[in-house]
Amino acid sequence: MCGIVGLFAKTPEFETQLGYYLAPMLLEMTDRGPDSAGVAIYRNPVPEGQVKLTLLATAPDFGWGDFEYGLRQAFNGVTGLWLNGNHAILTAYAWSAELIAWLRANHPSLRINSSGQVIEIYKQKGLPAEVARNFGVGQFVGTHALAHTRMATESAVTTEHSHPFSTGEDLCLVHNGSLSNHNRLRTQLMRRGIHFTTDNDSEVAAGYLTWRLREGDSLEAALERALVDLDGFYTFAIGTRDGFAVLRDPVACKPAVIAETDQWVAMASEYRALAVLPGAEQADSWEPAPGRIYSWSH
Amino acid sequence: MSQRYDLAQGSTRELNSWLHHYNGTGESAAWQVVNPNGAHNLAVGLDAPITVDIEGHVGYYCAGMNKYAQVTVHGNAGPGVAENMMSGLVRITGSASQYAGATAHGGLLVIEGDASSRCGISMKGVDIVVHGSIGHMSAFMAQSGRLVVCGDAGEALGDSLYEARLYVRGNVAGLGADCVEKPMKDKHKLELEKLLCEAGITGADAGEFRRFGSARKLYNFNVDNADAY
Repeated sequence: MCGIVGLFAKTPEFETQLGYYLAPMLLEMTDRGPDSAGVAIYRNPVPEGQVKLTLLATAPDFGWGDFEYGLRQAFNGVTGLWLNGNHAILTAYAWSAELIAWLRANHPSLRINSSGQVIEIYKQKGLPAEVARNFGVGQFVGTHALAHTRMATESAVTTEHSHPFSTGEDLCLVHNGSLSNHNRLRTQLMRRGIHFTTDNDSEVAAGYLTWRLREGDSLEAALERALVDLDGFYTFAIGTRDGFAVLRDPVACKPAVIAETDQWVAMASEYRALAVLPGAEQADSWEPAPGRIYSWSH
Repeated sequence: MSQRYDLAQGSTRELNSWLHHYNGTGESAAWQVVNPNGAHNLAVGLDAPITVDIEGHVGYYCAGMNKYAQVTVHGNAGPGVAENMMSGLVRITGSASQYAGATAHGGLLVIEGDASSRCGISMKGVDIVVHGSIGHMSAFMAQSGRLVVCGDAGEALGDSLYEARLYVRGNVAGLGADCVEKPMKDKHKLELEKLLCEAGITGADAGEFRRFGSARKLYNFNVDNADAY
């Protein structure tokens, strides 16, 4: 069991309150996933030509000062390194592939949670309340966000195994469920050059989407194909640069509910996470149909 | 004069223990519950002819194991509403999530909106009336009782059905194994009219419904297999 929440602002006013509402939604899903939690927030887009990475230091005494010194020696286009807990947002005029290759070679203990122009991913082992507090989720201002609370079934309880998983530039995935063909699929995807850092099944789903999008599929086409190639139970929420999408497997035993008002669109594993939103009781709300893609974008 | 319980100020456990005071006494009472906000397990295990009105959306397993009580949810219900109900009436004015009325033995469950997948799975005597449509795998292994659907039914309706009778007015996406359409005789129209009336549903003519039931062709229906045990 896991918990998923997604929140999409339909008005500029609501964007300023995104984190204010996202944090209690996340906390409401604590019962469904007390092992770890994570948030993907879409905010503060960098100017054209720049990239934004979310870095996670797995070593408790990671020296960010030395890191920044070395980084600026290697890349003169670095425009910022903003620390948030044991995470850092790195922005630079650089090719993301080049930057990531340098980071992997020189700082293998750093995890790259996300890359793109807009996305930031924060995640950590422990209760959702700690995660929300550590990263200041309640103060987030942004266009949309996804969050996840994990109750581990398929692999270990660590920060690395936590969701959201990055699936490419400004893309991420959160998953409630379990995949049964993830081992074979992981091997196949590794042969196609997809990089995995854990033995987690959901990371395979993320890697699968990364592969399809790299091959030129639209997100819709990639998800249609996922319905065929992924075996198991899932409710997915997929964050994109402009919005998010929701997909349930054809058997649809993992719950999901969507609600919409003039101010916001939200999805959650259970209605009680939506109940914290203004006007939730009167909102249009429905259960997403099995095997059907729902998406919203700005 | 009904008693009022505010879940924003209290807890599910406290509410349920108040409601359980009536269990086995045969006493009647009326309760109104406000601010449910999707909470789980509200009004479960009731065993008295009381009425409970829940003002808002509820979470999992609302009115589970209900006996004699009349529970109305003025909103939507999460998974497993009225699961294993024995008797009484459970009414959802909105829609219900998965496995509404699962394994229920008796009573009447009315869903005024839609019900999603596995509605009435393994039902054992309950009557379920859905004003809207139902999702896939509904009435799977349904043993007895009646399921009435005024809208459409999803894939694999009535898979591995026993003696339950299914009435659908709209389109059926597909029938499950051993589920077949059967003729609507006068006695079926009569029982359907009665059910629609009990459910308070108007504007649905019993003549517009089709009836589905078990073809009794699966392994368990073949007497030659009885020796195997």
